[in-house]
Amino acid sequence: MTTINDVCRHVRSKNAGPFWITFDLFFDGEEKFKDYSTSSSLNGELFKKLFGADPATVKHFTVPSLNMVKISYGRSSPQGGEIERDMHAGQQFVRLLDVEIEKRAIKI
Amino acid sequence: MLTKPIKIIVPVGSLGAGVREEEIEYGLSQGANVIATDAGSTDSGAAYLALGISKNNRGSVKRDLTILMKASMKAKIPLIIGTCGQAGGDKNVNWTREIVIEIAKEINFTPKIAILYSEQDKAVLKQKNENGLIFPLPPLGALDNNSLEACEHIVVAMGVEPYTTVLESGVDIILGGRTTDTAVIASYALWKGAPWGASWHAAKIAECGAQCCVSPTNGAGVLLSIDNDGFEVEPLNVENQCSPDSVSAHMLYENSNPFELIEPGGILDVTNAKYVQCDHRKVKVTGSVWKEMPYTLKLEGAAIGRYQTIMLIGIQDPKVLSRLDEFHDKLLATLNERVIKTMGLNSDEFDISLRMYGWNGVSGEKLPENTPPPREVGILFVATAQTQEIASQMAKACNPYFFHFPIDLDEELPSYGFAFSPADIDRGPVYEFKLNHVVSLDDPLELVRIKLLQL
Repeated sequence: MTTINDVCRHVRSKNAGPFWITFDLFFDGEEKFKDYSTSSSLNGELFKKLFGADPATVKHFTVPSLNMVKISYGRSSPQGGEIERDMHAGQQFVRLLDVEIEKRAIKI
Repeated sequence: MLTKPIKIIVPVGSLGAGVREEEIEYGLSQGANVIATDAGSTDSGAAYLALGISKNNRGSVKRDLTILMKASMKAKIPLIIGTCGQAGGDKNVNWTREIVIEIAKEINFTPKIAILYSEQDKAVLKQKNENGLIFPLPPLGALDNNSLEACEHIVVAMGVEPYTTVLESGVDIILGGRTTDTAVIASYALWKGAPWGASWHAAKIAECGAQCCVSPTNGAGVLLSIDNDGFEVEPLNVENQCSPDSVSAHMLYENSNPFELIEPGGILDVTNAKYVQCDHRKVKVTGSVWKEMPYTLKLEGAAIGRYQTIMLIGIQDPKVLSRLDEFHDKLLATLNERVIKTMGLNSDEFDISLRMYGWNGVSGEKLPENTPPPREVGILFVATAQTQEIASQMAKACNPYFFHFPIDLDEELPSYGFAFSPADIDRGPVYEFKLNHVVSLDDPLELVRIKLLQL
């Protein structure tokens, strides 16, 4: 099995304002970017399962010049509420690392 | 059209984080026209807007401002600070203004200062809302007046126009309320007639200072040079470098869309931007496009929510550590029951959360089965209730159970490690962002108050 951690050289997460969280997946070279950047595994349902995100808010961008993918979702409760445990969302990426990733592309 | 490039010192990612004198000297030696930086963001939470306080201590802000004001005085170039005092509310701005006045006296500087206030009157915003001029940004819905009422302070994030307006009147220092990070940095170049795409893009790349460099920790700031066909960026620390990857990657940072950045009055589109290494330290960027849009300003509002009291214990007992999830669930049920029984509260009037740091404290999620037990955990007890007094009483009611809860009921009562007595800490309220809306305007200055001050 191949995980996100296996095909990326760097993965990070951060607030994009109080109402969005954004993930940057920097793939380990052009080949891995081509094989996995549009993987069907990186879908809205994954972000629902891991983070409780509304799949309708999940946005997926590929940035070929950097061999990277950006995925962002709108938060159901804004940054800093009663249940906050990660004010900058800087540790959220960890939950992505062990996710299995398929080579197959998203069907458009 | 520019007859020569506009050079901007962006001294640091945020005022108070540590400006370096030798870097400012380098920037001035390169012929800088202006120094510009923000002094805050929403990143650290809503408390700073709700309370009107700075995240940084006064001394660190005064230190950075002193270096920058001396540079501004010596080189006779404007100093522009946006989002003063972390949140850019009126109290935050006035706190910064007092420090600036104090420094000016100390260094014998008599600048002309412009202060741009962006805090908003609720009645004005309610009227705008009734007139259909306030629009939600995803993921929030339409604005209701209760959300406005709930806020302690509301600001708009200003664009460049208030800055260019006061630059026109020849000021030495601008202290801005809440402003988009980029507008603070782009304003001088746009006032001088630089291209909009390059100016906004340069500002976005530089808004976190040396974060766009190959070694983000080796130095504090960057130097921008904007000309008619694009911009160059280089670290202010001569030992650091910028590369096309380090620069283009910063466009992604804290931005939900890697190609577009929405700003007051338009959208920066970098889809076709080209990043080229010009020498070993500098990157040249071309192809950035500004698309003009109807003028809107983003609203930010901070409210005070319920109150919290916390307690912390450390556990090293291997028996507990081998059954942590079970321990958590039993303890939580017992504490909830204890609060209901001894305080007569209903379960919907309070919340208790136990966060097991060293196990799953950050995520709160169940870990995979067979995850080996840790050597130690810290359990943070968080009581949340309508008032501080209730939260505090909850902690006191839970105190003996939280510190001495046995994993098996037939064993002698353990004592877990706690470091302080009394053990409960009133944390104050939870501060929350309430607004994620824009207000539509014909006049970019309509919601901004400008004050001029000649020292």
